[in-house]
Amino acid sequence: MMRLIGTFMMMLVAAGLFVTPAQAQNGPLRIEITDGVMEPLPYAVPDFVPENGAASQMAVNIARVVAADLSGTGLFREIGKEAYISQITSFSSPVEFADWRAINAQALITGAVAVEGDNVTVKFRVWDVFGGQELGNGLQFAGTTGGWRRMAHKVADEVYSRITGESGYFDSRVVFVSETGPKDDRRKRLAIMDYDGANVQYLTDSTSLVLAPRFSPTGDRVLYTSFESGFPRIYILDVANVGRRGLQSREGTMSFAPRFSPDGQRVVFSLETGGNTDIYLIDISTGAETRLTRAPSIETAPSYSPDGSQIVFESDRSGSRQLYVMPATGGEAQRISQGSGNYGTPVWSPRGDLIAFTKQSKGRFHIGVMKTDGSAERLLTASFLEEGPTWSPNGRVIMFTRETQGAQGQASLYTVDITGRNLKQVRTPDGASDPSWSPLQK
Amino acid sequence: MTYLAKSILLVAGLSLAACTNAGRFDNDGTGAGAGSDAAIAGSASDPKSPLYFQQAIGDRVLFEVDRQTLDDEAKRVLDGQASWLTTNADYNVIIEGHADEQGTREYNLALGARRASAVREYLISRGISSNRLKTVSYGKERPIEICSEESCYAKNRRAVTVLASGLTG
Repeated sequence: MMRLIGTFMMMLVAAGLFVTPAQAQNGPLRIEITDGVMEPLPYAVPDFVPENGAASQMAVNIARVVAADLSGTGLFREIGKEAYISQITSFSSPVEFADWRAINAQALITGAVAVEGDNVTVKFRVWDVFGGQELGNGLQFAGTTGGWRRMAHKVADEVYSRITGESGYFDSRVVFVSETGPKDDRRKRLAIMDYDGANVQYLTDSTSLVLAPRFSPTGDRVLYTSFESGFPRIYILDVANVGRRGLQSREGTMSFAPRFSPDGQRVVFSLETGGNTDIYLIDISTGAETRLTRAPSIETAPSYSPDGSQIVFESDRSGSRQLYVMPATGGEAQRISQGSGNYGTPVWSPRGDLIAFTKQSKGRFHIGVMKTDGSAERLLTASFLEEGPTWSPNGRVIMFTRETQGAQGQASLYTVDITGRNLKQVRTPDGASDPSWSPLQK
Repeated sequence: MTYLAKSILLVAGLSLAACTNAGRFDNDGTGAGAGSDAAIAGSASDPKSPLYFQQAIGDRVLFEVDRQTLDDEAKRVLDGQASWLTTNADYNVIIEGHADEQGTREYNLALGARRASAVREYLISRGISSNRLKTVSYGKERPIEICSEESCYAKNRRAVTVLASGLTG
């Protein structure tokens, strides 16, 4: 339940998530995200104030992206400018709290933008309207005009963080597979975009089938599977210069389903030999391989716990596909999934508290979450076909692939809260599948 | 619509091949994985031709959901393939394993590999040298039938024996 703590209730302590200024004594604005939503928090974000003529359009654009980020969470509801009683024409003038209370804006975000050549400076403040005070201190970001959306996302992350006490997820990217063409002649290539679907760039062409890219823990590299040799093999790609190399190559085998270790130095993956698929570990710099499972069943889709001590994976050793957790060095695995149906693609949350998965049951597919011991399973979505969850950097939102039914079936990306609310499609230029969400950018 | 267009193309390709009686089918394994759908060289009436292998012998076997078991019909087809490959000893093959769309990407890749491997092991048991037989799995990535019904799924759960000459490495 997401509780909206009223203006006059005591503020809960947010440990170390942002620099808490000395003003926090009076129980100001606060959302605590727990288990579900009631009313989204009403807020206003008037156009930012342009500090010079060159900034006028950008001042509007940045405020609009901030609003899209906040409202897109489902936790906040924007009050449109047609309701405004007073305008914000100066960043430094006092806020007329009564005018914003009258339209029930609980939070007000004001900002100013200056553009000098290619450089942009954005200043902003967050106001607790009913508390009649500023929430946190004013902040300023500097960047280039080409990176203006990132600056807007940083503002929104800071607002989100001050009001919820948790880190945001807006200044992040998603690497995915872009899909074109009919189902029996589908072309796939790697693409990268901002979390909200803006700024799509392609990382490979579509001459070879590519699958399931995965970001490194710092977002600088991407692992993926490509058929460019004629056989599925894992490649590692540098995001900055799009340089790539094969990670692992053994004649007569297939390798796929790679993921980085939390330290970014090793890759856990599936290797198939003689028809049998097991889980292996490879050291990226030395190429040294370690076999982690040894079973005649299929072992695939491994994912590390954030502390690096355990690996969750999928296996059909019991006769159906179920989820198992083993030590990161291999060894005895514990089955954690307990329900009926088939489970796959487990992914450990960045907070370490939950595992997201795909479940196939009674002819439907679901994205769900469970605790790391397999208890408290909750299915968040249901449709004809969906799979491949990836976590937002703060562990609050899951993005996944949904594919529609039939001969005209198309894949696209969706997000859903871990509460099961706020299901939304992410706009992409073409079909899209296999998302992997980056950490927050630095 | 697209499917119809593709069928017409395939027919055109076949008749062209029949006219020219083209030579050995080359496949370096880097194709799109639809090898069995591409125009196949040779004449269907020439028992030594790849087209004969594909059409008269049968280049594919089908599987039950989540299974890689070869049924009697599959074994009959593979016996024919083994016999043809014994006679036509300079052909190597790549066995492509495929799955239907009901399942996750990773699992279906692993399942397709099981199917391809089951065919490979069977052909080895019928005397075909293991170094002539490569396998690859496309999982659910290369369906030949695109409806979301069992009639299509049944044809997509397949292993296809694709002829290639002079496989290296």
